[in-house]
Amino acid sequence: MMRFLLLFSRQGKLRLQKWFTPISEREKKKIIRDMTSMVLARQPRSCNFLHWKDLKIIYKRYASLYFCLAIENQENELLALEVIHRYVELLDKYFGNVCELDIIFNFEKAYFILDEFLMGGEIQETSKQMVNRSIEASDMLQEDDNSDWYEVELFG
Amino acid sequence: MPAVSKGDGMRGLAVFISDIRNCKSKEAEIKRINKELANIRSKFKGDKALDGYSKKKYVCKLLFIFLLGHDIDFGHMEAVNLLSSNKYTEKQIGYLFISVLVNSNSELIRLINNAIKNDLSSRNPTFMCLALHCIANVGSREMAEAFASEIPRILVAGDTMDSVKQSAALCLLRLYKTSPDLVLMGEWTSRVVHLLNDQHMGVVTAAISLITCLSQKNPDEFKTCVSLAVSRLSRIVSSASTDLQDYTYYFVPAPWLSCKLLRLLQCYPPPEDGAVKGRLVECLETILNKAQEPPKSKKVQHSNAKNAILFEAISLIIHYDSEPNLLVRACNQLGQFLQHRETNLRYLALESMCTLASSEFSHEAVKTHIETVINALKTERDVSVRQRAADLLYAMCDRSNAKQIVAEMLSYLETADYSIREEMVLKVAILAEKYAVDYSWYVDTILNLIRIAGDYVSEEVWYRVIQIVINRDDVQGYAAKTVFEALQAPACHENMVKVGGYILGEFGNLIAGDPRSSPLVQFNLLHSKFHLCSVPTRALLLSAYIKFINLFPETKATIQEVLRCDSQIRNSDVELQQRAVEYLKLSSIASTDVLATVLEEMPPFPERESSILAKLKKKKGPGAVSVTELEDSKREGGELNGGGDRGPDTAAMAASNASTPSPSADLLGIRSAAPVGAAPASAGSLLVDVFSEAGPIAPSAAVNDDGFLRFVCKNNGVLFENQLLQIGIKSEYRQNLGRMYLFYGNKTSVQFASFTTTVSCPGELQSHILSMHLCTKPVEPLVEGGAQIQQVLNIECLTDFSDAPLLNIKFRYGGALQNLTLKLPVTINKFFQPTEMTSSDFFQRWKQLSQPQQEAQKIFKANHSMDTEVLKAKLLGLGTALLDNVDPNPENYVCAGVIQTKGQQVGCLLRLEPNAQAQMYRLTLRCSKDSVSRRLCELLAEQF
Repeated sequence: MMRFLLLFSRQGKLRLQKWFTPISEREKKKIIRDMTSMVLARQPRSCNFLHWKDLKIIYKRYASLYFCLAIENQENELLALEVIHRYVELLDKYFGNVCELDIIFNFEKAYFILDEFLMGGEIQETSKQMVNRSIEASDMLQEDDNSDWYEVELFG
Repeated sequence: MPAVSKGDGMRGLAVFISDIRNCKSKEAEIKRINKELANIRSKFKGDKALDGYSKKKYVCKLLFIFLLGHDIDFGHMEAVNLLSSNKYTEKQIGYLFISVLVNSNSELIRLINNAIKNDLSSRNPTFMCLALHCIANVGSREMAEAFASEIPRILVAGDTMDSVKQSAALCLLRLYKTSPDLVLMGEWTSRVVHLLNDQHMGVVTAAISLITCLSQKNPDEFKTCVSLAVSRLSRIVSSASTDLQDYTYYFVPAPWLSCKLLRLLQCYPPPEDGAVKGRLVECLETILNKAQEPPKSKKVQHSNAKNAILFEAISLIIHYDSEPNLLVRACNQLGQFLQHRETNLRYLALESMCTLASSEFSHEAVKTHIETVINALKTERDVSVRQRAADLLYAMCDRSNAKQIVAEMLSYLETADYSIREEMVLKVAILAEKYAVDYSWYVDTILNLIRIAGDYVSEEVWYRVIQIVINRDDVQGYAAKTVFEALQAPACHENMVKVGGYILGEFGNLIAGDPRSSPLVQFNLLHSKFHLCSVPTRALLLSAYIKFINLFPETKATIQEVLRCDSQIRNSDVELQQRAVEYLKLSSIASTDVLATVLEEMPPFPERESSILAKLKKKKGPGAVSVTELEDSKREGGELNGGGDRGPDTAAMAASNASTPSPSADLLGIRSAAPVGAAPASAGSLLVDVFSEAGPIAPSAAVNDDGFLRFVCKNNGVLFENQLLQIGIKSEYRQNLGRMYLFYGNKTSVQFASFTTTVSCPGELQSHILSMHLCTKPVEPLVEGGAQIQQVLNIECLTDFSDAPLLNIKFRYGGALQNLTLKLPVTINKFFQPTEMTSSDFFQRWKQLSQPQQEAQKIFKANHSMDTEVLKAKLLGLGTALLDNVDPNPENYVCAGVIQTKGQQVGCLLRLEPNAQAQMYRLTLRCSKDSVSRRLCELLAEQF
């Protein structure tokens, strides 16, 4: 399973943190520090994988943002890279040419999109269409708060 | 501010975020945040009831502040209120807040659970999904208690929407991982397995994660999933890239599901059903074939997804380890990747080949890539790739290529990154010993190791070279010459001085004929290093000097002069002072004959398995014990003697502690003098052979201690099991007393006759000092088929001990007499009483236990997960108190306890320092009794 996903900028500013197992706040801060320093220190054109404690760290840079995903030892590294890519695609589809600012100002949306895609550290839905459909459906609900749930069906 | 703000924008939130971003300094940011917190607090406390929108906005702001890294101590109640809003958007923010800021406040959990319960029963799929997500995110015990029985029903119900099924499957998985005892699949099992056949690919993808986890824990109950998984996989593999619509990822059909299916199959042995197996082999061949086809897209996503499946298929092939054809094909495929321009693929190919190297079918095929791998070690820009290359070289090493590989690793060590040096040193030492054909090569290699990376050479490594030199007279002269030359270097590592001092003290006479290395030259060379060395090394050198007096009477005056000077005889270190005084006295009063007897050459060390080798062996696989392994362990009975890894140095110190050296106690000491005439096995035989030929020591030929080490940190479990018999134990300890319940289960349908058990203390026969009283009643001589009988063993610990009691079992099964001896897991730590103490107390006591022999230390590689909770559980299982906030480094663990024996109490302090990067530990024990330090250190070094 996946243990956590961190998004941070080239300056090491954390933009999104998702923890799939309960971890104390103190431990989280330490992991964030370790990850940012480890990943930012990597030379360009290095491989995208690192060993860290008993986990594998998979990272990839998209524009100004680093995506850093920790997976358990027996998991597949290449597929983890594509988990990151699929999430970027989902963000991109939702925001249209997603940039760091979109994630800063709409952090709650970034979480909702991630929740549709992953759950409990496992893939919930790999289809881009399916994920987008449920995100759009909930956006429709947001625009008309008085609608009741039957309308979800219309879009779902 | 960005223009995009879909759904409903919360303008106030955007303004706030923007304000924070405009803050020029940390102080300004904190000021702005405090202002906002005050504002929100007053709104929440105000008389006016807030509308849902405002509440949502403020909760969202609090969440933002929390995610920036600030503490939030209010707003939880408002977030919980949002959960019961019937407006989706408010509910969603409420759940997000709860998921991120889990609070163990039980009042709140009850309210949250209530809201979740309502949403789960709302039959509104969107609400249900939100609730399931929240359970998965929090995953607490309370939630598992409340919902673990409800969720399987939602998962398999016919009218549940697909999206809810997906969430339910993964939510259940989360709960199963945190509280497996609460998730009972029982009647649902077969319906869950059949989700593998679900029409909806998303449902299968989610469900398979759950099924895989359940299968790992209960393989038998879920074994029907194998054929389902194979047919699903076969359908995907043979489908065209467009068949699966949106589940095709960059022209690769369902990569996630394919990998998950291949992963699930790795929980099981190859399918027994011929048809199923045939179909699976076909799938694996198709996957290998596809790797050779031209890519359907130039995008890296395409090749990543395709290769992800390929690597997973190779893992399965390696897991089966039964299809030579597929193994060799897999190896060739990885060989291609070794030279691929994508760094990621080179990295993964190196990693995957490591496991292939251990299969007998593909070992040779892997070896053909040696030049490429060596080249990778030399030229890869990325240290993580180089590390994989080093791992692979280690894995592919055998007698035929050992010299080449060791040479390459040594030369790499000169420039290796600091982070991986320690591990490299260990690997070189293991390979050099394992594949040594001539000992001069071995000695050269280890001395090179010390020269190049002395700081990273652990005690085991240099102890080992000394043991081997002492046991092999054909290499002693060479070793003496080589260390003498190595010590000529103006700056040589302290470990080199230790090895040099020890070897010259023993075998300096072998090179003394050459005037360039005359006795006095040798002595002056050693003594020139003396002042730069630490106390333990100086102590060792002093012992070497007294050995010199015996070997070379002409050096006596010079050495006595050295011993007599104030810096020795009045040294502030008690150990050094004592040695100087004793050696000086010994050299002046003892006759030449006495001196020659006392300072005689070291007898050979008992041949036994190298401690470094033992580590290696354990790494190979702590899995089930196969018959052949059992056979092996019978032949290697030598290691059961449990003498441990006391190195020559500590032994020397212990010996010198005896105030009047008796002729039988050699000053350079060895733990148990080897029986006279116990000559090493025929010269020229390989080291490895020597180890496996060590004779059995226990009275019964086969002492089985496989289970023994697993019980150091726990008291209950299955100690032994074979086809006939299962032995379970339960034990409890208080003070210096213990009681162990032994359960003997007859696994056959046939009666065991003349069933007798005997418990003995291993020290009993040799000495009259008993370490413990063991008391038990005889068992019934007949054990019916399928029956279990119980025996109670009472234990009283009289004094500290190293050797565990032995349990001998004899019975007749059919006509044949069965005879079995087991080590009972009664270890010294069972008599621990935990001791809580403050940091200052701890350090004060630590300092009090500062004599070198009171400390035992080991550096070793992690063999198990380094997870904090696992470690804590083990340390608590040990019986000591785990002390928080004592060690200045929070990564380290310190423990304290008192061992209760009848005669005395032994205080023990423990410190465990994990190095996650290197996957190593350093374990230090200080006890008021030195034998206890050593024993605990040995026992514990195998536990982590």
